[in-house]
Amino acid sequence: MAALSTQPHSHGAVVPVSSRAEHFTSYDVDAFEVPGGREEIWRFTPLKRLAGLHSGAAATGTAAVEVNAASGVTVETVGRDDDRLGKAGVPGDRVAAQAYSSFEQATIVTLPGDAKTEPTTVTVTGAGSGTVAYGHLQIKASQFAEGTVILDFRGSGAYADNVEFLVADGAHLTVITIHDWADDAVHVSQHHVKLGRDATIKHTVVTLGGDVVRVTPVVQYAGRGGDAELFGLYFADAGQHQEHRPFIDHGQPNCRSNVVYKGALQGEGAHAVWIGDVLIRVAAEGTETFELNRNLILTDGARADSVPNLEIETGEIEGAGHASATGRFDDEQLFYLQARGIPEDQARRLVVRGFFQELIAKIAVPEVRERLEAAIEAELEAVGT
Amino acid sequence: MATLEIKDLHVSVVSEDAPKEILKGVDLTIKAGETHAIMGPNGSGKSTLSYAIAGHPKYTITSGTVTLDGEDVLEMSVDERARAGLFLAMQYPVEVPGVSMSNFLRTAATAVRGEAPNLRHWVKEVKGAMADLDIDPAFAERSVNEGFSGGEKKRHEILQLGLLQPKVAILDETDSGLDVDALRVVSEGVNRYKASGEVGVMLITHYTRILKYIQPDFVHVFANGRIVESGGRELADVLESEGYVKYTGKTEAAALS
Repeated sequence: MAALSTQPHSHGAVVPVSSRAEHFTSYDVDAFEVPGGREEIWRFTPLKRLAGLHSGAAATGTAAVEVNAASGVTVETVGRDDDRLGKAGVPGDRVAAQAYSSFEQATIVTLPGDAKTEPTTVTVTGAGSGTVAYGHLQIKASQFAEGTVILDFRGSGAYADNVEFLVADGAHLTVITIHDWADDAVHVSQHHVKLGRDATIKHTVVTLGGDVVRVTPVVQYAGRGGDAELFGLYFADAGQHQEHRPFIDHGQPNCRSNVVYKGALQGEGAHAVWIGDVLIRVAAEGTETFELNRNLILTDGARADSVPNLEIETGEIEGAGHASATGRFDDEQLFYLQARGIPEDQARRLVVRGFFQELIAKIAVPEVRERLEAAIEAELEAVGT
Repeated sequence: MATLEIKDLHVSVVSEDAPKEILKGVDLTIKAGETHAIMGPNGSGKSTLSYAIAGHPKYTITSGTVTLDGEDVLEMSVDERARAGLFLAMQYPVEVPGVSMSNFLRTAATAVRGEAPNLRHWVKEVKGAMADLDIDPAFAERSVNEGFSGGEKKRHEILQLGLLQPKVAILDETDSGLDVDALRVVSEGVNRYKASGEVGVMLITHYTRILKYIQPDFVHVFANGRIVESGGRELADVLESEGYVKYTGKTEAAALS
């Protein structure tokens, strides 16, 4: 029972310039200034590589959305004027607002209430090299729904979108988002999670491909008893920029959150950024939260930035903590495995696989788990070459 | 007949400023069927000897040779040494998160034996070996050494020794930190390994107590980076009563008081 005496309380590796509570949001792209790169929320992002997503680039193509829906799950393609859209959250940066102002059609996937459904897969394929596209997805888990949705991003081009997750009271939603883009792709995405009373989300982000991928998952609670687990697994190769910015906004009492992101980096110019924000507002008594980021640097020339921020505005919480560590490949582990006869490349793979094992084990869909294991194997083929 | 031959071995450790010489001319030959106890005070270089033979990257061989059955060990990578038949039971076994003990053991056995062991036989073999060392079967699914107590780690080192069946085993202070029961169980494991074939053992220890369980054929006193005296079992008894003062100039017991 961590009863903190100071209030308000700000704590973290880096004290935020301003409270996350005052962070500006708007559906209107013009309400945001074009970022120059020095802004706190943009300072790690290579704006020059965003193909103008941040500075008003018009759409030149449309990403294809294909849904393989499980029995009982409904899929609708709706226009931008559909008034069900935009309910899970408000865009928090200029690119998200640009996407919200620019998409033409949205896809709404609804899991039926009080029922358990098989996994549904939503595949989004970029509009192609040199194109700019904007999109919008909404995933709704009806009351007491229980199911899994896999979001699979592939192909080429620059793409910005908002993905909404409306998890109704008592629903349990599992989401696995896989960024398996082609080498040239640029993807800037904001996820908006709204959790109803006693609702849970298990939200996993996997980032493998793409030139620049920046994902900002935001979780808000609409009632007591919400539980959010946010997992992330990324593997950055030479030249890739992968940025994950989870933000958990605890504004309701007795809710829980747990954030675990792990990444491996290899090659010249591989860059991973993790900004983990947790805000516990005055009303959020009894909150329990923990966030953790670990980076494993496999070669020289790779760089990881990791910044956990925890702001606590109430003293009455169950517990709050964070941890961040970025380390070189552990030579002692390698030595130990090799001393048992295991060849070096195989030993390296064991260690990296082991590093990700905790997260991979949490993925309940066997096909996705196998695909990830294979993807990690493929990434590791390049290690040490 | 396996023979590990160490000749005039000089080893330095790369520290922050200048390389520091730790081994200053070690000569030692271990033949199959022999158990050599290497005894010495803290800081004498015993562990450096074991790590240098295993090929730890921290240590640089500046001169001398190490051969196993005539093959140049120093030319081999760490894993090649292990596959050639050398085994180092470490004083501080390393934790490898996310890699299960069973996966690790099978991967190691596959590498050392040159082929994957038959699954059914293997499961039985591991189960039996774990039971012999009083290891709870649940450990097979735990990450390698992660959260193990000191004694559990040592039991797992000896488990690996038994499964990998090296030609020559180097046991680096395997007795340190063990309670009486664990010391007995671990020693029995080493004795089973010794009885299993024509193998050589280098038993590095600070204290004489493990020699009550594992009979050495030779005892060597290690001080200041080299072997300073060699003898039979009786030398351990002398160390037991007199300590290392004769070799170091300062009082350091070889027996637990």
